This record gives sequence, structure tokens and C-alpha cells, in this order.
Amino acid sequence: MKRSPSDDRPVKPLDWLDQRTGYRKLAHEVLFENVPGGARWRYVWGSTLVFCFTIQVITGIALWFAYSPSSQTAWESVYYIQHEMWGGWFLRGLHHYTAQAMTMLLAVHLMQVVIDGAYKAPREFNFWSGIILLCLTLGLSLTGYLLPWDQKGYWATRVATNIVAITPFIGPELQQLVVGGADYGHHTLTRFFALHAGVIPGAIILFIVGHIYFFRRHGLTPKEPRRRPDAAFWPDQVLRDAVACLAVLAVVVFLVIRTRGAELGAPADPSEPFPAARPEWYFLFLFEFLKYFPGGTEVWGAIVIPALLMGLLAAMPFVGNWRLGHRFNVGFLWVMLAGAGWLTWLAIAEDRANPDHAIAVNTAEREARRVIELARSPAGIPPTGAVGLLRNDPLTQGPKLFAKHCASCHRFDGHDGLGGQPKDPASAADLKGFASREWLTGLLDPNRVATPHYFGATKFKAGKMVKYVQEDVAGFPPDDRKLLEKTIVALSAEAGLKSQRDRDRRDTALIVEGKEALVGTRMNCAECHVFHGKGETVGPDLTGYGSRQWLLDFIGNPAHPRFYGDRNDRMPLFGEDKVLPPAELGLLVDWLRGEWFEPAPVAAK
Amino acid sequence: MEHHPTPPAPDRRNFLAKAAATVIGGITVVIPAASGLLVLLDPLRRKSADGGAVFVANLAAVPESGEPRKFPVLATRVDAWNRTPDVPVGAVYLQRVAGGAVRALNVACPHAGCFVDFKSARNNYHCPCHNSSFALDGKVLDPKSPSPRPLDTLETEVRNGTEVWVKFRNFRAGVHEKIPV
Repeated sequence: MKRSPSDDRPVKPLDWLDQRTGYRKLAHEVLFENVPGGARWRYVWGSTLVFCFTIQVITGIALWFAYSPSSQTAWESVYYIQHEMWGGWFLRGLHHYTAQAMTMLLAVHLMQVVIDGAYKAPREFNFWSGIILLCLTLGLSLTGYLLPWDQKGYWATRVATNIVAITPFIGPELQQLVVGGADYGHHTLTRFFALHAGVIPGAIILFIVGHIYFFRRHGLTPKEPRRRPDAAFWPDQVLRDAVACLAVLAVVVFLVIRTRGAELGAPADPSEPFPAARPEWYFLFLFEFLKYFPGGTEVWGAIVIPALLMGLLAAMPFVGNWRLGHRFNVGFLWVMLAGAGWLTWLAIAEDRANPDHAIAVNTAEREARRVIELARSPAGIPPTGAVGLLRNDPLTQGPKLFAKHCASCHRFDGHDGLGGQPKDPASAADLKGFASREWLTGLLDPNRVATPHYFGATKFKAGKMVKYVQEDVAGFPPDDRKLLEKTIVALSAEAGLKSQRDRDRRDTALIVEGKEALVGTRMNCAECHVFHGKGETVGPDLTGYGSRQWLLDFIGNPAHPRFYGDRNDRMPLFGEDKVLPPAELGLLVDWLRGEWFEPAPVAAK
Repeated sequence: MEHHPTPPAPDRRNFLAKAAATVIGGITVVIPAASGLLVLLDPLRRKSADGGAVFVANLAAVPESGEPRKFPVLATRVDAWNRTPDVPVGAVYLQRVAGGAVRALNVACPHAGCFVDFKSARNNYHCPCHNSSFALDGKVLDPKSPSPRPLDTLETEVRNGTEVWVKFRNFRAGVHEKIPV
């Protein structure tokens, strides 16, 4: 036990601590600030902002422990946080929604300060440090948006950094410094991360210290009339602040749980369009504003006018000295907020009324879900990053390839593969379920073979196959009809479709019978088709019909003697003429056959 | 707070000590700051790879109807320390034009760099971000479009009568002039 120097009595430990640190005076200064007119709810906003910033620092540092900024690891590490780590989704959700709360609270705090006249002399520096904090916080949002390196962040950041480039005089150099080179990549991420986790938070801490120092120096601006006598900050105002912070936290946690955390889009891919690209909601007004500046005048909408408005905001303490200055300031703020609100609403309304935007958002959400399935597949994410997962996924690429290369003639379940309708009507078969038992049953149905679903819109409409189905098959006695069903089962089994695997396994005996019937005289297929070496080459070879190799060969060269030969009806030689590179052909075929990775169904509880 | 004795006023003649303190203090700050600044400014000397023409597609893959079709441009991508061959570095719309030639347009909107969409129903290009619209040849359709210039055409060459090669470049957004980055 320590002893005081003057006598021999032991010094109490807390007294000793106070002697060495002076903590009591400090605590007194912090807690016993005078609140003129007593505690009020309208004074809580500054504290809620400090609270939000503290949450961001804590959650941000925790995220930092798991985040890796490079173009091959950023999305991947965020995916890992979100979907694999304990509570990662909650942590990321807290960080994401607190950022949104902070923006809203900044707006409220600014309004309260302006309406209460707290910006006027001698509090100019308090006000200006607040404006700088507002800009820094928006800077945090802007830099944080890119860090997951998903399509949304990537395309939004391209727009933002292209706007930087139109800054007068230094634009292009500034853009290059921000982007970290001429192209977006590793150094864009390392720089944005350094700004987001180091430079800007550091500056915010400095300015918060300054802001609170100025605030303490000049005291709180009381709202008149004062309803009660002055009181200390502790405990009444602290209690109100604490309740407000709890309310903010409750809203944030509610949003996190309701949405299962922040979203994570598909990995950034510069070659993949992303028409759903939009900035974060609180930048939508700026995004909308830019639509009204025709070519070459963008600098006004993106830089000059916003800078002038910020300048006017910063000039409030001076304007406020005039007789009607305060009213002007309050009016100006309301007009700014209403204008921003109105522009935001316009942006949202326009997107809502635009069916293309709805499709784009749906596609973005579907791809975001799909890439997670692929990342969690046994193959996992390769060291080259997750961007290849969707590029090599038949389920994602197949419909796009079909829409691009096939849908001008074919349909897939009545549409172009992506759900759209091409300009021209279908002029070839609908390929959904190609080679399946159901598809073949329709092909061999006298009522359906000549419809546009099969041969109806091709030159084979009046061909031998249609004639065979409409005349021979239509006249089959019941026994032959039964045999036809077995033949269909056997032919369909050649495809080895994943969707029929169980049925094919079960029907082995039927398939053997059907195979014999296929080259037998009753079905008479071999008169025009070759099947495992037997038959005539009039129509396409049916050996391995609908299998991966058969489809690759057929789409690669439908005019090959094995298939349609000279009678090929307008179908391009996709492989032979190199319309489709082999990899894309493979993706298309796999998609048509339903061969793609599917996660194991969640076990029923 | 403990009371510290007030120090005597500094000797006004002690110029040397003041100058030395300022210089030494300055050096201790300037050297680390300058070394940091140098690395910070390094991206200014990085130029986009100008790898010349690359094969984009076979002519057979470009619709004969004259409708544009989108193709990824695969090239060697240099991303700081990584050099990856055959990866998408961007995309182009290819379109057959009179005389057997092929027109290539960079998909990036010259306004702010979004990926423009070809709308076959309207037979024009539309930017999903700020609504710029462009004709088939890339010209700005609506004078109110925020794009300051037409879509950027790229040099193309049809080799051996079948292969479309494109000199792929990106250009600075937001300005009237077409300046490569």
C-alpha cells in the first residue's frame, strides 16, 4: 500500500490513481458539462453519431481481420465472412446498416444545428468541422461500396471515378491516383481500402476531437424557451443519449436480421454487363441529377453545382449574421433536402416503371445466389478467384448463349432462354427438354410434330419424318404404340440426361427392348437413321442421340453427313465456322442437357 | 493538475538553435513523408496496356442481318503484379457494315463508363445508367443524352476473310474528345 508523502496514513488506490492521472477532473469535465435548460431529446443527435462511428470502428476492425483487398481475394474474403465465418453475416450487416443510419443521422443532426441556430458565431469552427465530418463520412460510404468487389460496387465505382476525371485541370491524374493506375484492379482495392480503413477514419477521429472541443468551448446552444433550470450532462442527458443510441442500434439490428445482412452481388467482371448498376440510395439524387446534363456539361451537375451548394452551406455562419439570414439558411436547407428527396424519388420511380431494370435486378440477384452455390460447391473457389465460377457455369452462361446465338430461330420453353421474346417468330424447334422422353413423345405425336414446337416452321415440315409420324405412327395398332413408347424410352436413354437418370436405371429392360425395336421392322427407324452401326443415313445418326458428344458434334456441324448433310436448313455450323468457341459450345450443350452443379438439397428436418 | 514552473523566455539571440531545430525537425518529417508520397504517386506513370489488335470473333459469328452482337475481348491482362493471358479485358459490339467490313464499338458509355445495352426492339443502344441513347453507328441519338460523344469506334481488321481482329482501347469518359487512357 502506498503512503502519502505528508503522513504515514496509507493512500487509497483510487486517490493514488487520480494523483497520477487526474482522471477525476477529466471525468468531471466530461460528465458535468452544463446543459442550459436541462436535458432534452433534441440534443441526442451528436451522441448518436459518435455512437455510430464507434460501431463502425469496432465492426470495421473485426472485418479487417478477415478481409483481403485484391481483385482475386476481395470478393472471396467477403464471401467467406458472409457465408462461412461465425456471425460474419451479422457483423457485415451491422457495418452496412450502421453506415446507412449514420448518413440519415448526419442529415438530422445538420437540420437540428441549422434550425436551432447552433452554427452562428462564435460556433463557426464547430459548424465547419461538422461539414467536413459530413463529407468524410460520405467518403467512407463511397470507398466502402467498392470493397466487396462485386458487380454493384465495381460498376458504381467506375462511374464515380470517371466523374473524378472531369475535375477541371487535374481530373485525369486525380482519377489515375484514385484508381491506382490506368485500369481497375488490385491497386484500386488497396487504395480504396487504405482510404476507407485508415486515412478517412483517422481524419474523422481528428475532426471529432476538434468538433467536440469547439462544442465544449462554446457550450451547447439551448433551444429557447428554456423549460427547466440548467442541469449537468450526467445523468439526465446521458440517459436520453443512451436511449437514442439503443434505438438506433435496435433499428440497425432489426434491418440486419430482416435482410440476413448486407447483400453481396456476383464478383466484379468488366466483360459482363450490369444494367442494375446504381449507387447507394443516399447518392441516388446525384445519380439522377446527372441525367439532366447533356453531353459535355456534366461537370456542372457533378462538380460545380454540388461544390457551390456545399460552399453556400459552409457560408451559413456569415449569412446568418444578416437580418433575415437565419431564415434564409433554414429555408435553403429545406429546399436542398426537398430537392435531394425529390431527385431520389424520381430515380426510384423511373427504375420502378422500367421493366428492363426489373429484369436487370432479377438477373443480378439470381447470379448473386448462384455464385454462392458455386463457391460452396466441392470444387470451391480456385486461386484465380471467383470471377470464373459464373463464367464457366452452364446454368448462368447457357441461357445467355442461347439468347445470343440460338433464339433468333429456336425457343426454350417459349422464350429466348432469358425470358424475353425475340423480334421474329420461332422458325425451329423449342429445345426445352430436348431428347427427354416427354420431348420425344411430342415429336412422335401426329398432332404435334408439325407444330412450330417441332418441325412446323422448318423446311422439314413437309419432310419424311413429319410424314412418317403423321401417317405411319398415326396408324399404329395398340401393340406398336406400346412398342413406340419403349423405343422412345430407349432413344431418350441414349442422351443419359441427369433428369432421367433414375428412370433410365429403373427401365433397363424396357430400354433393351426399345433399342431392338429402333432397328426393327415394326418401328422402321433404321430406314432413315443409323443407330449403333445399323440403318441408313438419311436423317441424323441416332447413336448417342442427345448425349453431350452428340450435341457438340451436331451443333458444331449440323451439315455433317452424319446429321443433315446437304439438307441442313439454315442452321449455322457453330463449331466448324467457329461461331462459338469450344468452351462456349460446351456450356450451351451442358445447359440444354441440364448438366450443372446443383447443391445437395438441405436434409429434411 | 500539478503546477509546472514557467520557463524563462527563450533567448532572442539564440538564432542558431531555432534554425537547427526547425531544419532537423523538418528533415525528420520530410524524408518519411516524401518516401510515402513517391509510392502514392506511382500510378501516374502506369499506362493502360496497348497490346495491338486481338482476335475477337469469327466473322461467321457476326449476324449477317447487320444487327450488332456483343463479344468479350480476351487479352493478356496486367493487374499490378499479375499477368493473366486470355481473360476478358472489356467487350465490344461487332456489326457488319457495307463492303464486308465490321464495325466495332466499345461497350463503355463515353459519359461515365457504364455498359451500354443494345436494344433490338428499338434497334439502338441505350445506357442503363443515365439514359444516353446511340444509333447503330454509335452516334448520339437524343441531343439531351448526357454522353458527350458517340460510342467509341475501334479499329478492326478482317483477317483471312474470316477472323475479326480489334484494336481494343478504352477512352476517357466525360469529354468530347476521344482520348485513349
